[in-house]
Amino acid sequence: MTPFDYDYLRKLLRELSGLDLSADKQYLIESRLLPLSRKSGLSGIGELVQKMKGGSSSITAQVVEAMTTNETFFFRDKIPFEHFRTLIMPEILQARASRRSVRIWCAAGSTGQEAYSLAMSLKEMGAALAGWRVEILATDLSLEVLEKSRAGLYSQFEVQRGLPIQMLVKYFKQTGEFWQINADIRALVQHRQLNLLHDFSQLGAFDIIFCRNVLIYFDQDTKIGIFNRLAKVTEPDGFLVLGAAETVVGLTNAFRPYPERRGVYRPNDLRLASSRVPAVGAIAPKALAVAGLRP
Amino acid sequence: MRTCLVVDDSAVVRKIARRILEGLDFQIVEAEDGEKALEVCRRGLPEAVLLDWNMPVMDGYQFLGELRRMPGGDQPKVVFCTTENDVAHIARALSAGANEYIMKPFDKDIVAAKFQEVGLIDVAAPE
Repeated sequence: MTPFDYDYLRKLLRELSGLDLSADKQYLIESRLLPLSRKSGLSGIGELVQKMKGGSSSITAQVVEAMTTNETFFFRDKIPFEHFRTLIMPEILQARASRRSVRIWCAAGSTGQEAYSLAMSLKEMGAALAGWRVEILATDLSLEVLEKSRAGLYSQFEVQRGLPIQMLVKYFKQTGEFWQINADIRALVQHRQLNLLHDFSQLGAFDIIFCRNVLIYFDQDTKIGIFNRLAKVTEPDGFLVLGAAETVVGLTNAFRPYPERRGVYRPNDLRLASSRVPAVGAIAPKALAVAGLRP
Repeated sequence: MRTCLVVDDSAVVRKIARRILEGLDFQIVEAEDGEKALEVCRRGLPEAVLLDWNMPVMDGYQFLGELRRMPGGDQPKVVFCTTENDVAHIARALSAGANEYIMKPFDKDIVAAKFQEVGLIDVAAPE
């Protein structure tokens, strides 16, 4: 890969996906794009770039997908899910006791492990959520990973990373060499393609937003913009959960850290009432997944 | 330093497991079948056992039953590590008192994740 090819890819990825690659990330581009160039019958990254410059939108889309797909696993980092179980959901259960509904957004849903980890955690709460309307929305830039997430089909390696064996037995079915998450868990999760750089106010307001391990790839200004837009779709008493290497501190006043709960943030009341988005978004009511949580 | 007993009839698997677990700060004791593993346990119980299923003399399932019947035998965390990758075997292992289950092939991340799951290593350690 020539320095010119690298510069071209950096600029294009920044423009299309917000991915901010520093000057020393050639290895990342090579490890992700060489397999793609081979798959596309091209000689290497040089030819891939030529195709992109020639206007091949299909190749460009595949390049963006390959570069923005991140490794993930069930209950990744463990602690955020403990916060979810021991702090966030108990507060939401109390605060939404009359409304009996909870909306959760996995903003970088990837191949579904985070959304399904949350769905399994909710299932484990059993009777406490009986009769509640539960909606988990998983979004990602990549259609390919969303497809995988929708299918809920994972390899033996994938189900062994972070998933307790009791949960594997309880919530998955073995199909040959793969494991598929049960239909009642899949039904709790909706999927939608979404670019975090674009407007997402149409999604409506969420009680809980998990936006982990994606903002690290964005530059400062992009992060600030995303935080401010996330604040507009977070309920005033809602929660934002970030990755261990991410923080709002020094970037925005829209959220404040929750004391002694690393990675958990709450919105500050800085917003004008008129800037609030409606509680009910563009998602059709019939699409709101309620399966499995009825009494 | 905590001890992990690695029970597998394959010397290669024991070597791989030793390398991974020493990297996680365990002292390793090896046994090539369930009978030899029981002898080790009679001399002193380890904190953890990484246990194969199919072995000559005494298999992992039998060993687990014997271990759990020993005084203090409920203490060691037992993680199966086997090619028996079907739900029926997993369910049998759990009902016999296994704490976790690794389906071979495995790698360091999986072992670390499972040992973390049963509280043998800190949450932050494998990251």
